[in-house]
Amino acid sequence: MQSTSDEVLIGRIANGDRLAMQVLYARHHVRVFRFVVRLVRDEATAEDLISEVFLDVWRQAGRFEGRSAVSTWMLAIARFKALSALRRRPDQELDEETAGAIEDPSDDPGAALEKKDKSTMLRKCLTGLSAEHREIIDLVYYHEKSVEEVAEIVGIPENTVKTRMFYARKRLAELVKAAGIDRGWP
Amino acid sequence: MNAINKEPERHEIEALLPWHAAGTLSRRDADRVEQALAGDRELARRYDLVREELAETIHLNETLGAPSARAMEKLFAAIDAEEARSPRRQRSFDLGGRISEFLSSLTPRTLTWAATAAVVAILVQATVVVKEQGAPSGPSLASAPSEGSFAVARFAPPIF
Repeated sequence: MQSTSDEVLIGRIANGDRLAMQVLYARHHVRVFRFVVRLVRDEATAEDLISEVFLDVWRQAGRFEGRSAVSTWMLAIARFKALSALRRRPDQELDEETAGAIEDPSDDPGAALEKKDKSTMLRKCLTGLSAEHREIIDLVYYHEKSVEEVAEIVGIPENTVKTRMFYARKRLAELVKAAGIDRGWP
Repeated sequence: MNAINKEPERHEIEALLPWHAAGTLSRRDADRVEQALAGDRELARRYDLVREELAETIHLNETLGAPSARAMEKLFAAIDAEEARSPRRQRSFDLGGRISEFLSSLTPRTLTWAATAAVVAILVQATVVVKEQGAPSGPSLASAPSEGSFAVARFAPPIF
């Protein structure tokens, strides 16, 4: 059975179809939530924000022109909301070192190294990246966004997307190396 | 070893590795990357690192959980409140939208059959039209011979 496309759902939502809104929400809310929670680092705030994101989708569905994927459009709205929330509460955004430590205070890099678990260390270092670097890595690897789509969501040129991704990965390698694992790059 | 000698080109290809791993490159770029990976062992080793990062990023995100039902309740309460304040005027008949919705609801197999049937119908119609044009048609005068001699009359233009 073929499912209704996101674009068709948006068309129905533009006509006030609540059921279509429920379907779209069910389809995308987890990913949008995870994108937001990685940016704001607070689940309650992220929950409030995704309600706002989907409310914007409800309000603006009639203006959606289909020039990008619906998920790309929603992530762009989510990003805007998350950054606005962070600006309202600047203490929410932490520098990468302290953030990494707060994520899991019981498991410091040395302890993880003792476990010789490179995967665990890599994940820990992923949480220690700056918001800018976390965002681009998540968009590319988890949300499967192309260079063009990332450029649209983040609002930067395509070449900057590639450069930012390169430096995010380089920073990740440095964090992993500082934790005692040399991956041989860069 | 057939490594990429031009450093800028290698750098350009290396920058594309994350998207290649995620499967979001265009066919053309994906082919370029594949070709480069086949001839450059160092690049292939770096690609393995990218794949590790991709796997762990997915793992990390999958452990983030999901929002509670509160988020959905809040959303639909807000929608209800908004609709109560200013109900959205429904478009009575959105022909374009309905056609698009109908077509997207069809399976590719159904669409193929429909397209084939349409082509056959057009061909049959075209054949009928051509046959009708080929045969003598329309009213003709019984006294007007189809063969014989013709006279051509020419009129000089008036001079002012």
